[in-house]
Amino acid sequence: MRFIDPHIHMSARTTDDYERMAAAGVVAVIEPAFWLGQPRTNSGSYLDYLSSLVGWERFRAAQFGIHHYCAIGLNAKEANNAALAEEVIALLPRYLLKEGVVALGEIGYDDQTPAEDKCYRAQLDMAKELDMVVMVHTPHRDKKTGTITSMKVAEEHGVAPGRVIIDHNNEETVEDVLNRGFWAAFTLYPHTKMGNERMVEIARRYGSEHIFVDSSSDWGVSDPLAVPKTAQLMLERGIKADDVEKICYGNALTAYGQSGQIKDSDWLDPAPIDQRNLFEGNSVLRGQQARVDELQQIPDRLKDVVFK
Amino acid sequence: MTPRELLGRWLSRQIPTEAWTWLDKSVAQIRNSGKDADLYLAVSLVTRKVGKADLKLTEADQRDAHSSRSGWDPRQWSVDQAARIMLILELESDPLRLARALEQLCNTADVGEQAAFYRGLPLYPEQPRYIARATEGLRTNMKAVFEAIAHRNPYPSEQFPEPAWNQMVLKALFVGATLWPIIGLDRRANPELARMLCDYAHERWSAGRPVSPELWRCVGPYASGTMLQDLERVLKKGTEPERAAVALALHASRESAAVSLLEREPALTKSLARGDLSWERIVAPN
Repeated sequence: MRFIDPHIHMSARTTDDYERMAAAGVVAVIEPAFWLGQPRTNSGSYLDYLSSLVGWERFRAAQFGIHHYCAIGLNAKEANNAALAEEVIALLPRYLLKEGVVALGEIGYDDQTPAEDKCYRAQLDMAKELDMVVMVHTPHRDKKTGTITSMKVAEEHGVAPGRVIIDHNNEETVEDVLNRGFWAAFTLYPHTKMGNERMVEIARRYGSEHIFVDSSSDWGVSDPLAVPKTAQLMLERGIKADDVEKICYGNALTAYGQSGQIKDSDWLDPAPIDQRNLFEGNSVLRGQQARVDELQQIPDRLKDVVFK
Repeated sequence: MTPRELLGRWLSRQIPTEAWTWLDKSVAQIRNSGKDADLYLAVSLVTRKVGKADLKLTEADQRDAHSSRSGWDPRQWSVDQAARIMLILELESDPLRLARALEQLCNTADVGEQAAFYRGLPLYPEQPRYIARATEGLRTNMKAVFEAIAHRNPYPSEQFPEPAWNQMVLKALFVGATLWPIIGLDRRANPELARMLCDYAHERWSAGRPVSPELWRCVGPYASGTMLQDLERVLKKGTEPERAAVALALHASRESAAVSLLEREPALTKSLARGDLSWERIVAPN
């Protein structure tokens, strides 16, 4: 079985992670622009960060046979620095249409302030104008309200629910998101977001339509193998292989594939020019057929698949 | 025909009509609006509109390229690179504006754009303006970007001062890029580079790591003293490709000591005389 991690901050991870992810069957990652833990004080540092998402990080991933895509946007936390926010939003059009940019994101609410609301709306308008998919970050605090507001505002700005991924869902938000026709992503992040045993139960209850998982791994205590581990746990606990494949690979590909910037042929049948530019000497996946019922050989540390 | 006109001709022949219509419209927009933002947007959109296929060129096209700009070798260009350079060259009548816009484009470039902008180096007006940009580009660790400057590109050999040239050749070996596609490799060989390369070979030997046979190419013409001892060492202990490389290197030297070293290798001398040895074949035997 092969996997996509559709939300992971690889810039904060090591080459060991790339190696283990590739060994566990991760073929593609999506890295949304976000906060770096340390607040930025000027738009120049944001510019360099966005450049590294479409440049260096893509190359770094390619060395391990992993295809790197990204989402570009101004995150909710830094929307609160008005001067920075205004300059960054003016810069975004320089990046949004670059190759491999699969969405505008992650955007949305953190503290749910007026400044966050203003930037979220401005970026939704931009997404509408440029016909882009949107990745929405939902807040940690007052989550249910924040999630519903995020969806209402997206609808208000005329962005079709089917082109919006609502991320960081939990048991409390999933029903509203699915009922409104948005994509529901679940972040499997130990301690602060979802543990993967809970995810198995969600899959049992809600099935595999419009649902997918990601790790959101970053510089915090997080797990870049969360997607393959969860796939294994689901299989062990009796979720059907077809459903596991959709939740851990296929649905993310369909949702972000609407951008035209991510296709399975990117890794199943890479164009010669990509091989020449980025994937030198790596033809492992060329022409190979997907086998949804088979797991890759699992690295040692993946053996302990449950996390809370 | 100018390079810009040639790029237009090749693209209009190869890409689908709707892609060409888009490109043509974008060119007009850039020309008429005078706004750099139109250029930035069009350059980013190129892969979405035009794709990334290899640019298909005939031998006649290659001759046209060479006569419109000597040394220009677009054989390994792709259509997105051709389209991006064509858009940028829309500003060629205003060299200062082009230089400023290119700097902005480079500052926010993705990997594919970087490769394209650097491949375009030999085509920008007022060539010496881009030396700093080109040497900055060579600081990359992305091989595709490095090779866009170093390989099949006449710009470095024409414009680089000696220290920058020497750094480029040495770095090519560091990043595992081959040397033979570097234009002007023999013409720009110099004693300082020969010394740097021999030092590098010694470092590799001390670490028990292999040394690229191509390294000896830039050593040969200036080999003397201990450098000849290095060449002798490879002749004695080296693999066949390494020994062939040293034979070619010695062949380029006028030093009598070099000539006599070669004379001790009748088989290699015979291959040289028959024209069986070439730098290209040493790296890629087929």
